[in-house]
Amino acid sequence: MTMTRRHLLILLPAAAVAWKYVEAGTPEDAPNYQMTEHWWSMLIDIPKCIGCGNCVRACATENDVPEGYFRTWVERYHVSDWHMTTPEVISPDGGKEGFPVAKEDEGKYFFVPKMCNQCADSPCTQVCPVGATFVSPDGVVLVDQKYCLGCGYCVQACPYGCRYLHPTKHVADKCTLCYHRITKGLTTACCEACPTGARKLADLKNPNDPIHEFLKAHAVQVLKPQMATGAKVFYNGLDGSVR
Amino acid sequence: MIPTGEAVRRRSPMSSLKDAGHLFRFAGLFVVAFLVFLLIRGYVVPKTFGQYGHYRGAAIGEIAARQVKFAGHETCEGCHSDIADTKTKGKHAHVNCEACHGALAMHAADPTSMTPVKPDTAVLCARCHTASAAKPKAFPQVDPPDHSGGAPCQTCHNPHNPAFDAGPAAAPAAGGTK
Repeated sequence: MTMTRRHLLILLPAAAVAWKYVEAGTPEDAPNYQMTEHWWSMLIDIPKCIGCGNCVRACATENDVPEGYFRTWVERYHVSDWHMTTPEVISPDGGKEGFPVAKEDEGKYFFVPKMCNQCADSPCTQVCPVGATFVSPDGVVLVDQKYCLGCGYCVQACPYGCRYLHPTKHVADKCTLCYHRITKGLTTACCEACPTGARKLADLKNPNDPIHEFLKAHAVQVLKPQMATGAKVFYNGLDGSVR
Repeated sequence: MIPTGEAVRRRSPMSSLKDAGHLFRFAGLFVVAFLVFLLIRGYVVPKTFGQYGHYRGAAIGEIAARQVKFAGHETCEGCHSDIADTKTKGKHAHVNCEACHGALAMHAADPTSMTPVKPDTAVLCARCHTASAAKPKAFPQVDPPDHSGGAPCQTCHNPHNPAFDAGPAAAPAAGGTK
């Protein structure tokens, strides 16, 4: 076939496009860490939480969380015998510096640490108009801050209120389940700092992870199961009054 | 005049395209526009977009590359094995080093670069052990002024093994030593 000017004009841009993909190549994978071998989750053992706020402070330090914003926070519930469905909930500065002393009172108290539930069918990733937030192949909901427009749709879509717009970067920010730590074999900052073991990072794809025994032996719940988000933060001993 | 069936049948395929040159030019324009679109798309869409899903695959690596600030207790125990031994004997066996001493990955990477500041036990211990009706009943709690009269906790307790009969802490070690 002879190359006419017409053929050349058609082929040149096509070749240019093809070359872009050749140039891109295959991205280098992290050594020793296979995303497909993990499915991360977290276990929160409410009877063990003492409301010290170590997790909130550790998270802020590890992830440079701006003052007044929280990737994890602790709520204190006070459920009286007379108002089981209308608990009194406080979380002064996210529980960062602990909680005021509670005097002996009627009803019960308990602490509920909250964070991103790392939903498998996450509402926040579905609403993103540009594909800047996503569930990673190992089950962590992440934000691509270079790609995020800061429209805030995901902040509104999260049923758990776990996202915020970063005040200086003007992009969505949230708990990454310390992705930079768990991919290196470390636990999350909140788990590392928790003095009572109330938080435990768990890998559902690892058959030797103690999470499996724990889930079999305990009555465990997720938050807002009616929303079918596929939440992967499991709460042991969660009271029915928690929303 | 509308051509009869016979007239249409007599025309060869080529002759029916005789006056369709403007359509070919238009189709050619479409092809060129499509290729230009592909070219622009090739430049503006990030290389790794779509690698794992509808997002930039390279973002995962970028997030994983962020700086670690908490070294993790295994790292601490690599050097401070004496403290680790003391801890395993006591009630604080499962309290990780950085739960009290703070994020020390910088110290772990280069011990001379920073010396951790010893926490003030009067503040540190009270964070967890101040009595409150909100805390789980089994958790050890005290009213600090009533319990110690304001004296620092380490007067009587070794924070690494806090049982009263385990004795107080030895003379505070200089920071950075084993």
